[in-house]
This record gives sequence, C-alpha cells and structure tokens, in this order.
Amino acid sequence: MGLRGDAQIVGYAQQRSERRFTGQPKLTLEQWADMAAAALADAGIDSREVDGLVCGSDIFESTFFVPATIAEYMGWSVNLAERVDLGGATPAGMVWRAAAAIELGVCEVVVMAVVASPMPPSPKPRAFDDRILFGASSSAWGSPQAEFEIPFGNIAQNNGFAMYAQRYHELYGWDERARAKIAADQRVSACANPDAVFFGQPVTVDDVLASKMIATPLRMLEIVMPCAGGGAALVMCSADRAKRTNHRPVALTGFGERLTHKTPTYAPDLPHTPVGAAAASAFAMSGLAPADMDMVQVYDCYTITALLSIEDSGFCGRGEGQAFVREHDLSYKGDFPCNTHGGQLGFGQAGLAGGMSHIVEAVRQVQGRAGERQLARHDNAYVTGTGGVMSEQAALVLQGA
Amino acid sequence: MTADANLDEKRLEKPRPLPTPTTQPFWDGLAAEQVRIQQCLDCDGWVFYPRSRCSHCLGDRLEWRTVSGAGVIFTFSVATQATFPAFADEVPQIIAVVELPEGVHLTTTIVGAEPEAVRVGAPVEPVFDHGDDGLTLLRHRLA
Repeated sequence: MGLRGDAQIVGYAQQRSERRFTGQPKLTLEQWADMAAAALADAGIDSREVDGLVCGSDIFESTFFVPATIAEYMGWSVNLAERVDLGGATPAGMVWRAAAAIELGVCEVVVMAVVASPMPPSPKPRAFDDRILFGASSSAWGSPQAEFEIPFGNIAQNNGFAMYAQRYHELYGWDERARAKIAADQRVSACANPDAVFFGQPVTVDDVLASKMIATPLRMLEIVMPCAGGGAALVMCSADRAKRTNHRPVALTGFGERLTHKTPTYAPDLPHTPVGAAAASAFAMSGLAPADMDMVQVYDCYTITALLSIEDSGFCGRGEGQAFVREHDLSYKGDFPCNTHGGQLGFGQAGLAGGMSHIVEAVRQVQGRAGERQLARHDNAYVTGTGGVMSEQAALVLQGA
Repeated sequence: MTADANLDEKRLEKPRPLPTPTTQPFWDGLAAEQVRIQQCLDCDGWVFYPRSRCSHCLGDRLEWRTVSGAGVIFTFSVATQATFPAFADEVPQIIAVVELPEGVHLTTTIVGAEPEAVRVGAPVEPVFDHGDDGLTLLRHRLA
C-alpha cells in the first residue's frame, strides 16, 4: 500500500495572518485565483499546465458545483476536480488526494488553495450562514448536533476540546504548565516570523496560565486567534515535472486519514484521537519512524490539540505527553522543533489557511527557505491536520527530494 | 459571511431541539419522565442518539427500551464564557458527557452543582427539564 514519493510539492503561496485585514477585499474566487497564481509563479509552472484542482468549502460565490466553477474561472481543463470537506484537516486531506491522483497518472500539476480574507460588501443580502453562530456544529433540522448538542451549549469548538483536556488530565495527571509551555514555546517561533499575527509578542508559561479561563481547563492564550485575513496555496506535480521547477521538490511519502465521530461525546476512545491511526498509516507507508522526523508541524487550534497529536502520533508513549513537552524545547531553536512558524497559536488562524500553514511551513523548511527560523536538519517533516473536535484527522510525511 | 438582519434575534433565542419522526419517541419519553434509548435486536448493541439504523451493525430492527438515565460523568467542561449568547444566563454552564450503564454516551448539563464539586467518574442521576414549548431536556445532577 502507498505512495512511491513521485508526487511532490514544488511551490506555495501564503498571505500573512491579520486580525484586521489591511488588503483589498475580493471575492473568494478572486482570492483563489491570486493564491493559485502566486503558488504557480513560486514553482515556476505555467497556468496552462494545470490539470488538477482541489478546493475546500470556502468559496462563497457558489455553494455547489464548486470545482467546475473554479476550473472555468481559472481557465483550466482538469482531470481531477475535488472538493474536500474535512474542516481544519482539509489542507492535509487535499495533499494526499492530489498525490494519489498524480501517482495514478490521472494528472500532472495540481493546485490546491484555501482562502479566508474579507469580500467586498454584497449588494444583495447573503443567505444565512450557520457557521456564524454555531461554528462547526450544524443547526439544520435533523442534524444530530442541532438536536442533541446545541441545546445543551455543546457547540464546537472550545468546550469540545476542553472535554478532551479534562479527561486526559484525569487519566494522566494535571500539569497545566506543560500545556501552557506549548503556547509559550511556539510563540518563540512566531516572534521569528514577521507574517505571524503575534510577531513581536512573546508570552511566558505564567502569562498563559494567567490568561482568562474560557472553558475549563482551557485559557485564552491556549486558543487560536481567529484572523480576518489569510489564504494559502500549494502546487504539487509529478517527480518528472518537478525536475524543472524553482525549488527543492518535497515528496509526499506517507499519509493517513481517520475519522470516527463528529462530536466528542461519541468519540470511541476519548481522550485518544484518530490521529494515532492516521500517523501509523503515514509512518508505515513512508518507511520512516517518528524519530526520523526533523520537524513536526501539528495542528494546534488549542494547546491540547498539539499535546494529543504529539502523543498519539507516537513521539512519546501514551500518557507521557506532558513530560515530553516539559523535557523538550518546541521552538525552532529547540531539540523538538514543533510548529516552527509559530503554529496557529502564534501565526493566527484565518479559516482553512490556518491548517494549510503547517504544510506551507514544512515545505518552506524542507526547501531551506525559512530564513531566521531555518532548521539545520530539514529533510523530513511530519504534518497533521485536525478538523472539528479531534474528529477529522490526517497525517502526512514529507521528504525533501 | 455577512450577518443577515435576523442575526441578533437568533443570538438571543435559546436553541431548542426539533424532533424528527425517528427521534420523536425519545422526546415523548422524556416528557413522561422516562429515558428511552434504542437497542438493536440483531446485535444487542445500544444506540444513542436515536437513529434509523443501528450504529454497530446497521441493522434496522431497533427497539425502544426504558432505562434509568443514571450514569457517571465521563468528561466535562465548565463554560465560563457562554458558548452561545443565549446561554449567558446559565454561565458557568457545566457541559458534560455522561456514560450510561448501557455503555452509550450522551451530552447533558450538570445542574444544581458548584463547578468545583464536579469530577470525572462522579455518579449522576437524570433531571427532566420541562420547557414551555412542550419539550423536555434530559439534564443531570450529582447523585
């Protein structure tokens, strides 16, 4: 089972995260085109060569028939037209789907983009969007969340992640400083990333613990900062085409994906997460082990998300995550570089661009383009994506070609 | 992503369940202060929330059984910020997952307890919270 490593990421684009957007508002299709053009230019590939596209659920000009709308808008004729609906795991899910299609020979150059910046004011009222009020919980009639979760205030995401943290600590001990250290260490990296929303704003473990309690035991500085402006794109192509691109190609050599639930109430093994199965698949496919990774870029909408992802992915044993975090420096300067762009906790979360930021940073590091944050060893990267409340999980192993 | 005119009103309404033909017996049970959950006649598996088919074997022979509704707290979180504006009057709101002896998990709120008194593993018993709209929510209190 698996990939040969013949599908390779060769270019990326990324907007800086902004709490208050300072750019020009554009339609989401226009933002998609901007990101796609920038990523193709980065790779050195002409738009006319694109024969595959993967999008998410962030195009507001169309609620359906979205890939066709994008293909038409970009002027592409594509053999892969995919829309991924995995919440924060969408970008990681995009990458393996693109790689599978490329290795099957279905297409040669695939563009994946996510967009999250403001649109111009609409002259006509927009349809009501559930997500404004209920986040990742659907309030539509007949939705299990509408009937059995929302009426109790169990609305994604804060309390769901807090319930993971509560049970994790009950089983494995309470070390709130370890959780806080994840946010503090990653902020060190954010302070070396001018595109991060918290650039120039270091925090200490004590700052994190002194921040406002939101959903016990999670505090304000353990929760991502939603950003109004952001976007990102990746270009992936065949190893053959990758030989004529601008930067070191980054091959996907392993991946895994696992979903078991939508709401944590029904998670089969809480606080353990589906990322464990996804990671096992990714490592087995790549032939590498966690110890072979030069960096980990794990989804971190909350500190607990990163803690559970590190542990369940096998970088330490079950229940040992807190000790592991205490014993390692997670910053880009440290012995366990984790989320070297600052993570979403430091970089900011602009919609799906937050999830793609982990992949972009992995590619940037493997390509040797991370500037001040550049790691000395940068061949192998482990990346995860988390959607919903530890519900959609994807894991990637990326290797420099 | 622009707000529509009714957004402010929607924020202030407490969201209530809207039963479906499949789930109606569950809500009818709660109105009569009975907790009814489904059991599969094919695999004996217990199913929650109510479904049209078994979540263990996808069989369609599900029977309603009346159970005690008592259980233990599997996990919880105290919302010190309202998770939705309409719940502001319930803050701090103790949102919990309760495990019933049948093995199923359900979402509830723990009422009549100080947040500090709530623990994972604590036994709880059902509270039938009858609303003005004819719907009864199954909440829990520490036993």
